[in-house]
Amino acid sequence: MVKKAYGFDKPIAVQYGIWLGKVLTGDFGMSIATGRPVTEELFRALANTVMLSAGAVIAAFSLAFVIGTFAGYRVGTPSDRAVTGIAVIGVSIPNYWLAIVLVIIFAVELNVLPATGMGPRGSETFNPFQWDHFKYLILPIITLSLIPIGIITRTTRSAVAEVLNQDFVETLRAKGLMEAEILLHVVKNALPQVLAVMGLQFGYLMGGSILVETIFTWPGTGFLLNKAILTRDLPVLQGTILILAIIFVTTNLVIDLLQTAVDPRLKR
Amino acid sequence: MTTETKTPLVSVRDLNVKFVSREATVNAVNDVSLTVQHGEVLCIIGESGSGKSVSMRALMRLLPERRAVISGKLAVDGQDVLALKGKELAAFRGGEAAMIFQEPMTALDPVYTVGHQIAETVRRHTGCSFEEGLARALELLELVKVPSAKRRLNAFPHELSGGLRQRAMIALALSCRPKLLLADEPTTALDATVQIQVLILMRKLQQELGMGMIFVTHDLGVAAEIADRVAVMYAGRIVETGTVQEVLTDPKHPYTKGMLSSTVHGNMRGQDIEAIPGSPPDLRALPTGCSFGPRCAFADSHCLEQLPPEVMLGNDRLARCFKVDAAPAAADAGSVPA
Repeated sequence: MVKKAYGFDKPIAVQYGIWLGKVLTGDFGMSIATGRPVTEELFRALANTVMLSAGAVIAAFSLAFVIGTFAGYRVGTPSDRAVTGIAVIGVSIPNYWLAIVLVIIFAVELNVLPATGMGPRGSETFNPFQWDHFKYLILPIITLSLIPIGIITRTTRSAVAEVLNQDFVETLRAKGLMEAEILLHVVKNALPQVLAVMGLQFGYLMGGSILVETIFTWPGTGFLLNKAILTRDLPVLQGTILILAIIFVTTNLVIDLLQTAVDPRLKR
Repeated sequence: MTTETKTPLVSVRDLNVKFVSREATVNAVNDVSLTVQHGEVLCIIGESGSGKSVSMRALMRLLPERRAVISGKLAVDGQDVLALKGKELAAFRGGEAAMIFQEPMTALDPVYTVGHQIAETVRRHTGCSFEEGLARALELLELVKVPSAKRRLNAFPHELSGGLRQRAMIALALSCRPKLLLADEPTTALDATVQIQVLILMRKLQQELGMGMIFVTHDLGVAAEIADRVAVMYAGRIVETGTVQEVLTDPKHPYTKGMLSSTVHGNMRGQDIEAIPGSPPDLRALPTGCSFGPRCAFADSHCLEQLPPEVMLGNDRLARCFKVDAAPAAADAGSVPA
């Protein structure tokens, strides 16, 4: 009965063919655990993850780019060493550990931010533009920003330092540009390298983090994946992984196109 | 040529540049003094490491401020270059004085079009709009004889050949009608045929625009082509100056003599070239005496102990050597008996 209902009596290849055919028409099947369509579960989770990652992307990318550029301009000075130190901490602290520590400090001890969940009345009514809802985003965003801040800061720093060593910077000075104008040239030259790393990080963040979303019980794709793995909910797993892979590949394609737009030498 | 009462375009007095690092202090430029009149071309000749490029960069204040210690007096058109700050310095660079670099491959920003790079300079110095800057850029590319200039305006540096890139560099340098053009071996990285074209172009533009120019080179042929006056540098010091005629046909300093006899000229097949023995001194530890002393065929113990003074050989004609005799009032050096 069950075997027949889910098509498990057919050969694997045929099962896969059927699944693929349905996916192409937008039908990802039904969740075994909830009985609801996978698309419905998946896109709700995806929307929640995007909300979280968008915050982390904005926070991490802008902060990392600024402090990375700053350090690249002062390689070898104490401020550079401080920034490099932050970057090393960023990539070496496990983010699930930081999540727990943040919860202990801000939720348990200080009691200023909520520990878990998505909004005071659940995810259905969540509105990130209201402060008492937004509060729920803060700790997860900080946690998720940690690794991208470390990686992007390091890349930006080395890219900027490398560009500053190039001859044309001397030409820019010699023709009388002010430092701010020179900075624009330097940043545009460093951008392709930084974009490549940002693209990868963007892809990772959009995929959601199983650990972080589970700790904060944030109903995103990571949380959904975790649940699907524990309940062996194969249709949900398959659908989620497929969509995340598509997002990752698309992101990298977009980044490649952006790079050619910034650096004309890459066109051909 | 020029009257003495006129202030010179460039006046450098006792310029010293030291690069200080934890390991050592490099004395790149030592007590250099030179003068360039309006509309005059001074060629600085010297081998690599003789301090010619560093002197140029000191004049443009392009040396890294944290590591380079500059002392002396640098004046361009009456302005004290070392005292310039912020906006004044930016207005001076590219406005009063412009510079052309050796490597046209790397001296232009690869991610902006040639037109953009010229236009932003024009906008910076004249305060015009970017579109007006682009129009001026087109004019300039035509001035430096870039073929199909309109198309080249939107070209990126990597799409141009070395010669065209250097022409674009010249256009950039000339964009705000500088009074002084500093050229740091602008033809060294170019093919021989392109080299002579660029040289002729620069000479022509210099004369048309009436600019003063300091042209750095290690190539005596280039110097003969373009210079009015020549200064020969060795180990951070000027060892001989004079008009191009005087220095190249009647060199006084042993180094200049050695350099001239080590070049290929006429029919020299089968003959050995007379190279100067030894190599230039380490700028971290200059000898106490004449820095050319250890390599000089005429040196005696006196030369190795004491720094020779600058000997006036006539009007604007100097050599830093014990072995030359100061000219008496009559400026014709050499024919006067001791």
